[in-house]
Amino acid sequence: MAERLLVEAVNDALHVELARDDSVMVMGEDVGRAGGVFRATAGLLERFGADRCVDTPLAEAGILGTAVGLCMAGWRPVCEMQYDAFSYPCLDQLITHVGRYHWRTGGQMDFPITLRMPYGGGVRAPELHDDSPETYYVHTPGIKVAIPSTPADAKGLLASAIRDPDPVVVLEPKLIYRTERGEVPEGEHLVPLGKARIAREGDDVTLVAYGAMVPLCLRAADELDASCEVVDVRTLKPLDEETLLASAAKTGRVVIVQEAPRVAGFGAEIAAVLAEKAMLDLRGPVLRVTGFDVPYPYWKLEDAYMPSVERIGTAVRRLLEF
Amino acid sequence: MVQVAGVIDEDREVDGLGEEELLAIYRSMILLRTYDERSLVYHRQGRIGTYAIFWNHEAMQAGSVHALSDDDWIFPSYRESAIGLLRGMPPATVLHWWRGHPAGWWNPADYNVASICVPIATHVPHAAGLAWGKKLKGERACAIAYFGDGATSEGSFHEGANFAAVMQAPLILFCNNNQWAISTPLSAQTRTESLADKAVGYGMPGVRVDGGDVLAVYEATREAVERARAGDGPSFIEAVTYRAAPHATADDPRAYIDLERVEQEKKNECVGRYERYLRRLSVLTDELEAAIKAEATEAMRQGIAAAEAEPEPDPALVFENAYVNPPPGFRDG
Repeated sequence: MAERLLVEAVNDALHVELARDDSVMVMGEDVGRAGGVFRATAGLLERFGADRCVDTPLAEAGILGTAVGLCMAGWRPVCEMQYDAFSYPCLDQLITHVGRYHWRTGGQMDFPITLRMPYGGGVRAPELHDDSPETYYVHTPGIKVAIPSTPADAKGLLASAIRDPDPVVVLEPKLIYRTERGEVPEGEHLVPLGKARIAREGDDVTLVAYGAMVPLCLRAADELDASCEVVDVRTLKPLDEETLLASAAKTGRVVIVQEAPRVAGFGAEIAAVLAEKAMLDLRGPVLRVTGFDVPYPYWKLEDAYMPSVERIGTAVRRLLEF
Repeated sequence: MVQVAGVIDEDREVDGLGEEELLAIYRSMILLRTYDERSLVYHRQGRIGTYAIFWNHEAMQAGSVHALSDDDWIFPSYRESAIGLLRGMPPATVLHWWRGHPAGWWNPADYNVASICVPIATHVPHAAGLAWGKKLKGERACAIAYFGDGATSEGSFHEGANFAAVMQAPLILFCNNNQWAISTPLSAQTRTESLADKAVGYGMPGVRVDGGDVLAVYEATREAVERARAGDGPSFIEAVTYRAAPHATADDPRAYIDLERVEQEKKNECVGRYERYLRRLSVLTDELEAAIKAEATEAMRQGIAAAEAEPEPDPALVFENAYVNPPPGFRDG
């Protein structure tokens, strides 16, 4: 096993999957010559050629829309959106076609598209380089959503997404692209979609998170007096309810941490699952630590927006006192 | 913009089209016309749901499809809902679709006909992707995407056209300019003199053709197909016609359309124009015309009978095919 940064693990997954399957191709803005603005696609153009690592026109709906047609021609496209908020033009294609086309053919044609993008805030970037758009994706029928928080998962979840017969959106937490370093298995490595991970065991409170909020929760767990269990959701759809419910049953207290705006965010879905299925295990309300119902602020203000160890601590203490 | 020369009003003959081919095109037009006229009746009888009428669009559809090979892919909008019939799709399948029955699902690879695209122009990138993907695989197939004049205002049209041009994808962008997007006239859609002019901005040839002249449409499409196969990339065809019927069964165009113009257009509709040409060439006789129309009517009679004989869909079908591997809980509601 090699130590890799999270973004290097993404790159590794792409190299392995393109080598393994001739029908896999990578397409997006600046993915070829530049190797991606975060270097996630570095070396693919040189190794696999311009037909399988394609610098596209600057057109997000065109990227995802042509990917639909590429599937019909027998390709397995991996589309990169350069940033979270740059993906919004492709939502039209995602909602009206990508999530529906398999269904529309009576299940007779597959659309194994992977849509991957760096997402999330905290990186001191200009407006619209900081969004957490997971709800738009996970709310769309026909679409699966994975979000890694470790280098090994970044590789394994992306590889599983590429091999999955359904369209899968993989959101990569850019804040920890180059801060999370860890052991990553060499060669083929799969992490199944639909299996959450206990990132840390604890007894008093469960912190549920995904993406860059997982290492934040681990830091909070280090600093708090309470014994915190940290559940890394890993895939929002399929959601591993079993692991969530088992942890809720064990601690009786759940705080959900998400950097996306609060209203109808994925934390609300998790809270609803707990309300429906864990009511009798809970010793207090399910609490959320989230972004606010405001546009993601300019970066001089972003620390006031992002969930923090302090805000998590406040929620945990409130819950313990309940 | 290049105006394609007319054929049928000039009694010109088209290279490579003998009597057999001319009649094959006629059969296709009659099949489409019969499908459309019967569908309007079925709608009024409550046997199909809301239906997008394509009366007087048959020349554009039949003329262009006959210029393709069977391995070329067709990307229809709802205005071309029955175009699969020209590839052997049973009428019942299309009727199922308009009856809101999942038996109207088909596998695009069975006919090389993509699913009917309901939102405007969002299938243009699909066609560009298919064409590009076939080219990457070294296959000879090209693709044709059908859309209306209103679609040229959509971002998806632009992104698909530009993608196809940049990738030099073997694609034909076929615009049926019937001059109306429901109630919005072409003048409120664009400031260009012709929609074909838009092609210049993509670095592809744009031609304008009389959409009521089935053989001119055939010639224009054949030329675009030859370009595509030669590796010269996409082309844009603007076929000009006039919408002589409502947008759909739910529309009453009297509120906005020029009714005198509609009457004029009806007198000069595309099937009659072609019939007159075929008669002048002595290719079509009364007997043959009657036989071809009877054949189409019978196909539709059998089609609606088959569609209505289909059992009501099992409610469990709601959960079929949303995913290949569905997530647990997708049935929870």
